[in-house]
Amino acid sequence: MLAAIGVDSIDDLFAQIPEAVRLNRPLDLEDGMSESEVYRLLAGLADTNLDAERIPSFLGAGMYDHYVPAIVEAIIGRSEFLTPYTPYQPEVSQGGLQVMFEFQTAMSEITGLPVSNAGLYEGPSAAASAAYLAMGVTGRTGLVASRGLHPHSRETLATHAVGFGATLTEVGLEGGLTSGEELEAAVTDETAAVFLQNPNFLGAVEDVAALGEAVKAKGALLIVQVDPMTLGILRTPGECGADIAFGEGQSLGNRLDFGGPSFGFFCAKEEYLRKMPGRIAGETTDVDGRRGFVLTLQTREQHIRREKATSNICTAQALNALAGMVHLAWLGKQGFVELGELLVRRTAYARNLIGGLEGFELLHDAPVVREFAVRSERPVEELLPLGDESHGPAPRLQVYPLGRDYPEYEDSFLVAITENRSVDEIGWLAHMLEHGQAGWGEHIHDHDDAGNPVAGGVR
Amino acid sequence: MSEPTLIETPQQADRAVTIYEKSVPGRRAAQLPPLGEGVEETPIDQLIPAHLLREEPAELPEVSEPEIIRHYNRLSRRNFDLDTGFYPLGSCTMKYNPRLNERVAALPGHARLHPATDPADAQGALQLMYLLQESLSEITGLPTVSLQPSAGSQGELAGLLLTRAYHADQGRNPTKVLTPDTAHGTNPASVTMAGYEVVKVATNEKGGVDVEDLRSKIDDDVACLMLTNPNTLGVFDENILEIAGLVHEAGGLLYYDGANLNAIMGQARPGDMGFDIVHVNLHKSFSQPHGGGGPGAGPIAVSDRVEPFIPRPQVVRIEDEEGVFYDLDFDRPKSIGRLRGFQGNFGVFVRSLAYILSLGGDGLSEASRLAVLNANYLKKRMSEGRAGRYLPVAFDRHCMHEFVLSGAPMKKELGIKTLDLAKRLLDFGFHPPTVYFPLLVDEALMVEPVETEAKEHLDAFADAIETILEEAESDPAVAQAAPYSTPVRRLDEVGATRRPVIRQPQ
Repeated sequence: MLAAIGVDSIDDLFAQIPEAVRLNRPLDLEDGMSESEVYRLLAGLADTNLDAERIPSFLGAGMYDHYVPAIVEAIIGRSEFLTPYTPYQPEVSQGGLQVMFEFQTAMSEITGLPVSNAGLYEGPSAAASAAYLAMGVTGRTGLVASRGLHPHSRETLATHAVGFGATLTEVGLEGGLTSGEELEAAVTDETAAVFLQNPNFLGAVEDVAALGEAVKAKGALLIVQVDPMTLGILRTPGECGADIAFGEGQSLGNRLDFGGPSFGFFCAKEEYLRKMPGRIAGETTDVDGRRGFVLTLQTREQHIRREKATSNICTAQALNALAGMVHLAWLGKQGFVELGELLVRRTAYARNLIGGLEGFELLHDAPVVREFAVRSERPVEELLPLGDESHGPAPRLQVYPLGRDYPEYEDSFLVAITENRSVDEIGWLAHMLEHGQAGWGEHIHDHDDAGNPVAGGVR
Repeated sequence: MSEPTLIETPQQADRAVTIYEKSVPGRRAAQLPPLGEGVEETPIDQLIPAHLLREEPAELPEVSEPEIIRHYNRLSRRNFDLDTGFYPLGSCTMKYNPRLNERVAALPGHARLHPATDPADAQGALQLMYLLQESLSEITGLPTVSLQPSAGSQGELAGLLLTRAYHADQGRNPTKVLTPDTAHGTNPASVTMAGYEVVKVATNEKGGVDVEDLRSKIDDDVACLMLTNPNTLGVFDENILEIAGLVHEAGGLLYYDGANLNAIMGQARPGDMGFDIVHVNLHKSFSQPHGGGGPGAGPIAVSDRVEPFIPRPQVVRIEDEEGVFYDLDFDRPKSIGRLRGFQGNFGVFVRSLAYILSLGGDGLSEASRLAVLNANYLKKRMSEGRAGRYLPVAFDRHCMHEFVLSGAPMKKELGIKTLDLAKRLLDFGFHPPTVYFPLLVDEALMVEPVETEAKEHLDAFADAIETILEEAESDPAVAQAAPYSTPVRRLDEVGATRRPVIRQPQ
């Protein structure tokens, strides 16, 4: 090959790099390892993490330990889905493009909004995309966010607001719900958009339609972050009058993965179709009249529109969106509702149990779907360690301390329920909260009284 | 002109049918666990007020599990993928994705670890992130790495917000960002989103930045220069130190778009060239599979003067008499804040660290050397025969990891456009190179063969181009109407835009 090129060595090809910027030494990294050695090293690291396979996880706050059906893995592991690039050559990308089309349909259905894109990076950054759209549409610069909006979404909005030239105002909570009065006072003629979350970060189901009236009255956009797994049950953002619904898609077919990759979704009213961020697949026909799919409305996008693009997004989360679509197809029309109902009922059970424990009370009594907030008489940090900490940190009870994001709720924590959290595990959590570390490792059953194995447990 | 005989392939005969169209009322796949002992089947409207509840269920497909598998497996066969064929898409670095990486990412300790897990219970994950930060720091030659950005474009936006924060900290508010006319489209898009104005810089006759043009556009209103080096022409800018000096003297920062890092790993480092901020596409140089358009990750590496402003939280290593502890540092008062939720695309970090550990320092260096060798070999092959005549190299010099051809003579003499050539390549079983980019080159064709392709694939690709050009000499109509053998043939994109159908009709 060198002879064909007409050089003596590969070094000659690098001659164009000026001597002054050449590294001229080996990279200071370990030598390469065999496959088995890399596996052993990384499996060793993985082994030190307290994952949801080892301890019942009641952590939520936007990402949830749902059961991911086995077919998701089987489908997204196929080379044909795993290894292509973005579908720039539609003739040989029909698989991926049709998945996008199906995904757009499913997201549009569950949010009750007519238009969906093919996915964004994840939840909170989708908030920034929504703000960018709202500012473009209204020509206004004010953003208003409920404190019920995910703290990561609020912080992401604040980060981007600096670049967008926007101002961000927060609206407080009352009894776990966004204060209607404060919201009305915060929305002005300069407000581009109001951000709500439903259920909000404290798990409470908001009356989005009612709150939205003040937003509409001022001509601002109503933007709602939603948890897709609750949309089998809750009134859709579309029915509530939202202009845009977005959210974190992890619950749909994606692993926890310590925070990503997952996908974000973004749905809107028809009138915003040509302002949408991200990829959109559309149906068309080929020269022989066969049905096919293409990336459409590409004049919105960075590779065409450059500095005038509706967003800068390029590589996004196509494979994760596929996982979401497969999970939704697996749940299907009935299963999606049934899972929602299961979450509501099991959560009600857990909320009654834990809210009734000595030394604990509910932070709010607003309706919830799958997550609730509990106030503790004892400091939350004392509740968490599951064992004696005199020789280093003990494993923690997997609940979400609200003090991380809300100084005003420093005495409270969130409990999230999924179909993976059995009644036994909920009982174990209640026991641990009530009795503390004394109960560590002794209470959870490997088998129920009938001798059937019980999922979860502490290894 | 001959009319090619068209026989419908089995994949073409398998007409597109969506999962919705396969839906039959009452069918289902999922079986959910029972509610559990003691959990009451309370009517939902007794738990949540009826006016907050959905009245009609969402129209999701009603299909059985075997139907779902069959549907998506059939769909998958309508995709071209890297594991099946050569994919020389320029600036996309379509390198082999080792399956070990998938295996380690799927370990429950990674895959089922909740992102809000207390750092004390996630030491392995945080150590893994720290090791990746350290590795990327060494590879880029910059002291600090934030893994948070989700992909290249978010890395760019992060870099520009860092630029803004850096200047603001010094009481300055410059308004302009310089980008070469060869830049990736994400660059100018990110610039606008960061509230800056794009100022384009011209390219010189060797494919690098036109230093005189740059000099004329630099003043104290320049916040930064965004550069890809090697750039999208596959050319390493020899004047990089002079360019860096000019920008720094004017008080600006230098931003490196790491999309083309695969050319220089272990050879040269952006930090040593004077760059202050670099984003790295883990889905390009570090083998995260592209997934048909993601996921990826776009970590940023920064110089010391930019370090105070990096996103939070940052993974830090704390060593004291009790031992080593990896933590998430939120206490960064000058930080630009968050770009997204939690800590970033951790699953991507696992794969990329597995890749870095597998190759090691020497292996990464060798990967770049072979990528450059392959690109120059293929470029040489493309300079021979008909390709050399109809598809000249845009800037004829040794390239780095990719090179750009111009289809202008082909269009003029044979009447076939770069698009036609690309579509005809599909019939030969190749994914075409990037087309019509960079914008600077007429009828551009941007070829990146990557290091994991064997010589025979490069030869086969060059032979296919030769065959297509020969065919076009006698009958350009063949390429003009290509492809013929793909699941669908050319699609009506204009119609799709004019009357958008972007979901299943209700």
